[in-house]
This record gives sequence, C-alpha cells and structure tokens, in this order.
Amino acid sequence: MSSRSRDLRRAADPSRREFLQRTARLGSGLMLAMALPGLSSGSRAAASGSQLNAWLRISADDSITILVDRSEMGQGVYTALPMLLAEELEVDLSKIRIAAAPVGEPYVNVLNGGQVTGTSNSVPEAWQKLRKAGAAARSMLITAAARRWRVDPSSCRASQGRILGTGGRSASYGELAEAAGKLPVPKEVPLKQPADFRLIGKPLARLDTPSKVDGSAEFGLDVQLPGMLHAAVALCPTLGGKLGTVDPAAALALPGVRRVVPTESAVIVVAEHFWQAKKARDALRIVWQPGANADLDNAAIWSQVNRGATQPGASALTSDDVAAALKGGHAAEALKRAAKTFSAVYELPLLAHATMEPMNCTADVRANGCDVYVGTQVQGLTQAVAAEAAGLKPEQVNVHTTLLGGGFGRRLEVDFVPAAVLASKAVGAPVKLIWTREDDMTNDFYRPPAREAVSAGVDQHGKLAAWALHITSPSITARFDPTNKDPFDSVIEYVQNFPYAVPNFDLTYTRQEIGIGVGYMRSVSHAPNCFAIESSIDEIAALVSRNPLEYRRELLAGKPRHLQVLKVIAERSGWGHAPAGRYQGIAFMEGYTSHIAQVAEVSIDAGKLKIHKITCVIDCGQTVNPRIVESQLESGIVYGLTAALWGEITLRAGRVQQRNFNDYRVLRLNEMPLLDVHIIPSDEQPGGIGETGVPPVAPAVCNAIFAATGKRLRSLPIAAHKLV
Amino acid sequence: MVRFTVNGQPQSVEADADTPLLWVLRDHLRLTGTKFGCGMALCGACTVHVEGLAVRSCGLPLNALEGKTVTTIEGLSPDRSHAVQRAWIELDVPQCGYCQSGQIMSAVALLRDNPAPSDDDIDAALAGNICRCGTYARIRKAIHRAAELLREAKRS
Repeated sequence: MSSRSRDLRRAADPSRREFLQRTARLGSGLMLAMALPGLSSGSRAAASGSQLNAWLRISADDSITILVDRSEMGQGVYTALPMLLAEELEVDLSKIRIAAAPVGEPYVNVLNGGQVTGTSNSVPEAWQKLRKAGAAARSMLITAAARRWRVDPSSCRASQGRILGTGGRSASYGELAEAAGKLPVPKEVPLKQPADFRLIGKPLARLDTPSKVDGSAEFGLDVQLPGMLHAAVALCPTLGGKLGTVDPAAALALPGVRRVVPTESAVIVVAEHFWQAKKARDALRIVWQPGANADLDNAAIWSQVNRGATQPGASALTSDDVAAALKGGHAAEALKRAAKTFSAVYELPLLAHATMEPMNCTADVRANGCDVYVGTQVQGLTQAVAAEAAGLKPEQVNVHTTLLGGGFGRRLEVDFVPAAVLASKAVGAPVKLIWTREDDMTNDFYRPPAREAVSAGVDQHGKLAAWALHITSPSITARFDPTNKDPFDSVIEYVQNFPYAVPNFDLTYTRQEIGIGVGYMRSVSHAPNCFAIESSIDEIAALVSRNPLEYRRELLAGKPRHLQVLKVIAERSGWGHAPAGRYQGIAFMEGYTSHIAQVAEVSIDAGKLKIHKITCVIDCGQTVNPRIVESQLESGIVYGLTAALWGEITLRAGRVQQRNFNDYRVLRLNEMPLLDVHIIPSDEQPGGIGETGVPPVAPAVCNAIFAATGKRLRSLPIAAHKLV
Repeated sequence: MVRFTVNGQPQSVEADADTPLLWVLRDHLRLTGTKFGCGMALCGACTVHVEGLAVRSCGLPLNALEGKTVTTIEGLSPDRSHAVQRAWIELDVPQCGYCQSGQIMSAVALLRDNPAPSDDDIDAALAGNICRCGTYARIRKAIHRAAELLREAKRS
C-alpha cells in the first residue's frame, strides 16, 4: 500500500469518532474513587494514598490502585491495561487493585478522540501511555528512596514493590509514595526491552475473575444506594414515535408506586421495588403517536435500500479519488477489457446487540450535583447527557463506571441515561432504572442493513484485474453525529483495508436512510464489508477454477504477515484434508492492525447444517496477555456465528418483531463447534482483538457451504436459506 | 409474609405474592449475584437452586417459596472454594461475567447429579444458559475440571 493511501486511511479512520471526541471532552477532571470489582458497593470509599499520576495511587499500607480508563465489558482491559503499568512499575499483578477512572482529560483515548472504549484499540492506545506512566512512577520512587538514603539514584533499583539500595537498604513503595508523589514527573524514562518483560506476553490470570464466580462483581444492575427507588419505563413501541396521552391512574393505584413521569417519547414509573414498577408500567393506559414509521416494515426498508442502490444520484456519496489513490485505477473501464466478469449482490440484515445485561442506569440527582452509576463505553457523553437532563453543569455530574454485562457497541449509546436522571430528579431520591429484555430488544440502535454489490473482472490468466464495490446502507456516522460530513462513513470503513492486489479498484457508497436509527455493533463495517469481500473472492476463485486459499495467497503476494497467516491456517486447519463428508471454507481479514484468517469445517445432512470446527489464526502483533487474546477471538467467533446463522431483526408497522431470546436466537453451548485458535508470535505493535474475531466467520461458513453444496449464500442469516 | 431459607439463613419477606424470586433476592434481600437477563426463563442468568434443583428464579413467584430452601451464587461457598468456582478461576472462564452466576449454578446442579458428565451431558444441562461473550468452550472444560477436583476431594 502506498504512503498516500496510508495517509488517506489515517485521515479517514476517525470518521466514527469525531462526535465522541467533541462530546466526551465535555468532561471534568474531578477525581473520585470508585468501587473495585470484587468488592461490594459498600467499599465505594474516598480515595486515599498518594497519586503518582492519573492512573496510579499508592497508599502507605502498600496497596497499589490502578485507575483503568477503559470500560471492562469482558474484553479484559481490567487485566491487560494494569499489566502494562505494572510491568514498568515492577510490581506483581497480584498486588494491584483496580478502580474505574472518572471522567477526565487524562483518560481521553487519543485514537478515538474521547473517553471511549471502542474500535478495539484499548491496548494499542495504552501500549506506550501506561508503560510510560509505570516507568515514570518507578523513577519517582527511586528518586525518593535515593534522597532518603542520600545516595545516587543510579545505585537504587526497583523490584517486587520495593526500592533496593546498596548495603541492603530497602523501602516499600508505600513508605516512599508520599515523597515520590511530590516529585516532578520525569519526561523521558527509557522503557524495558521486550526480552526483559516479566508480565507482558504472559498468559496471566484475569484480575476480575474471582469477583465473577461468587456474585460480588458489580454491574450497573447491581448498584445499591441508600433510599434508592426503582423504575421501569414504557417506550413507544413504534420506533421514532412519541407519547400522545397517558392515564396513570391504574398504575398509581398499585402498591409501592411513587410517581409516573411522562417524557416526550416514554413514560417512567418509579416504585419501591422493580417488580412493582414493572407491573405498574404494564398497567399504564397510553396512547402513542406512532409518527412517520407507522407503516415501516422489512419490505419497505429493502425497497428503499434497493431503490437507493439502483438510482445513485443526489444521495450518492462517492469516493472515487480515494479509491483511485488506494489502488490506482478505475474498475469500470477495466471491467470492459476483462476476460471474464463477475457480479453479485450481498445483503446483510439489521441486527440487535443483545447484551446479556439489559440497559440500565442509576442516578442520584441533588440540587447541586448528580451521581450516575452506569455500565457505559462513553463516560464523557454520559456526563454530558446526564447534566442536560438534570439541569446541571457537566462538572457537577460524577460518572461511576460499573462493570458492563456486555457492550458490543450498544453502550456507546446513552439513550437510557436521561430517563434515570429525570426520574431521580422527579422523586428527589436515587433511582435505578432498568429496561426489560423486551425493551432492550425492541429499542436498540440496530446494525444497519447493507446492500453490497461487487463487480469484478479477471484477465485471461485468471488474475484479478478489477474489483468494485457499491455499498448502499443508512449512515451510522451521520446518525451518531449529524454534523459529521465525512464521506468515509463507518459503514464502509473496512473496504479501505481491502488486502488483495488489484490494479483497478472502486468503492462507491450510497447513503440511503430507512427511517430508524442505526448504530455501531461489534466490528461495525468489518463484518458486512468482509462478507462481501471474502464471499466474492471465493466466488471469483471458483470462476477461474482455483483453490480459494491458493488464490488468496497469490493476491497477497509480497505481504509477509498476510502470507504467514495463510500458511499457518492451512497447516492448522488441515486445509484440503477435511474428513470424509466435511467441507472447508476460508476467509481472511486485515483489520484493527491485526491479520486474521478462519477456516470453517461443515457438513450438511438432509439440508441440516452442522459446523464442526472453526480454526482461527491471527497475527495481532505483540500480545499483552495471550490468554485474553484467545478468549476474545473465541468470543468474536461465537458472536459472529450467532449473527451468521440466525441474526435478523424485522419490523412490522414500525415495531420490532423480535422481543426476547425465543425469537432472537443466539448460539448456545450445545451448538458450539470445536474452536482452535492460534496466535502467531510477533513483536510488531499490538493490534486490536476485541472485534477482530467476528467478521471472518460468516464468509468462512458460507464458503464452506458452497464447497459442500455448490450453493452460494449471498445474504444472511443462513437460516433463511434452504441448503438442500 | 413468606418464610423460606436462603443460603442457610431463615428469611421472611413481605412483598406482592407474584414477585419473582429473582427480584425478591435482588431487591429485598440484596443478593445481586443472581442476574436478570430475559424474565422468561430463556437465558438462565437467574439460575439458583431451590430444594437442590437448578431453577430459573425469574419465573418462580414468592408465594411458591413458603418453607423452601434456596441457594444462590453467594451461598455456594464463603471463599470461592467450591470445586466449580475453583475450576472457573483456574480456566478464567468469565469474560463480561454477567451470565456466569447462572452458568455456575447450572454446573453445580449437574455435577451433584452426575459426577462424571460427558460432553453431551454438559450440552443438555447447560443449553439453557446463554453467554453472549462466547465462553462456552471454557465452560465445558471447567465442568470437566470441576468433576476432577470433586473426585480428588473424595479420594483424599
């Protein structure tokens, strides 16, 4: 890839992040201690000890607290990020306690431009930052010890939470912390060489595991405050609709009910206990104004998308210049000269995030301040919307980040926060507001539907000569931030990483809105774009009678990391040597600065698909904790399989028809294929892994289905197709 | 007033008769380790033991609990020493962790009835517990490991 294309890619990258940047920076720098995972909420005590930097606090009793500025939603940041700091600080991980960072400028994710956990970059972003913080703190502790002992700092060293000097001198970090905390933070402290790593790269146990096996881990749902009331909410059943009138009499007559609070598009019921609030919510008599989506259904959605796709014009947002820069040619002209051409339309459905923990938020609004307790991926944005709802300044709102019972991008949204604040303000007491599963399923910001049309051509030798993609989809970027005019919408982001050599390449995007809000879902554009790319490359390989893995190898010539991944997956998966009756399909992705391939091994018996095994090979650069990398990749595969097999949200009369796990099917343990995950050792910069496992699964499985049946699935979910 | 036993402690709860055990545990008894996932006994996040059997507490009303014995994740052991908890820690099973109380309670019930479960036995017993993080492969391994730990404990 040329340097210009890299620059363009960098320039294009932040498309989904700019709004987060603006809003998240509204945060104040107020320091406040938070509950630690593993400790009960009663331990939410004020901070004590000396603050050596924004992430590190050491107390006189030698307790070391690391403030983690990314949200723990299962991806392991409460272990991996402390490992970075502890590596340079020279302490064992077992000595570390974790606290969630408050809203604050030091905690801005510079790659996302805001205090945001997303885009799989927590480790890449912290890689230098937290090691430098640990090294600086170590240096300050050494200086403090040297001054105390009146010796040269170079005669002292740090080891296992102590500074050691000559002549058997020794002082614990706790003894030195106060003096060290008063020293200036050194600008440049050399970092350890990889050969000297004690923690980084080791499969260390997760710090949050103990609290997650005894019920003590505190999620948003578990927050308890003195005098707290509970709330349920009636949300307009038609997406985008408003409240007409509400008769609260029947609800107010029920036991425990304290208040009914109507808002523009919802009605909140506050009661002593959640079950009372929920029953009262169900007893409300509400007339809704369904609004513009009263007739919206799937046929209407897809007819809008298809119309947009076939009538590019006013709404078309093209990126010809960038496509030309990326690949140096124009596919349309090249297609006319091609020996063989290929075209296919791939269709991806709406999807729900379906986190295990339904949306919830606890707010405590007072005259001069507000505390919000919530599992969120966006602390600054949470603070901003809570302040607006409370009628307070952002700096008057403290955001306490709990553990997240799944994020997947759903908790980049803050739509459930204001209602908790309004409820607390209305009753003058802390209120915990909980969505039911049905509220959650029917009021998501869904993964947008996408129509991805590929046109490609090969020369007389079967070599890829032109490849063009026209994506039609609603915009996530514009929905999230209407002021953002970047043409590199989040729904086309991954195409810019198109890994294969092709002399003529085009990318066109038609933004076609469908009337409902769409959102970021784990791997965002990567899953639908990867489905179109990897399905089409497989189809083209078949068109020119080539082995799909070999064909990819040719198209990736000269890219050693890519080729190594293909080499290893061919070995690990036994490519070409599947057991009798089983068939293999492959998919590759270069994303999140990682390189990944997956091979699915399937069989089909009387039209019934069985996925026996998924082999996954990744080069994600230097791993911080390979145990967590492995579990994240397994996690991505399971998430991707659920979507590939069954995932589809449908609408009728503007209402989402799926309401719970009976009609939004997700993969269960008895449906699990065997997973074999292999990490290629590397000392390159760490890549992202939180989302990376998701995209290749669907095309790998569909390519395996083709190998088994000769049938191409160009739309998902797989369950919508007959395989006989 | 309904009287029953939770984690060995006698409890008496005054609440609407139809209040599900899940919300009695969470809101009245402040035992928040048991999670709300679906409210329809579809996901298993609320799994507890009643009279030693794994049940979905979101579907069991308070008025069915008179005199019953309930065990929640908090009552499994005082110090995470139950074989299933030890195996879960050893294999670092949880990711987000939200479903894990339910997974563990289902696993404990399985091993009580079947000290050496096969993969098929595990499939059957745990199919009602959804995990969106995809910890299934480690859950399977951890149940086999817990069975081993229980056998070792029996021998010694």
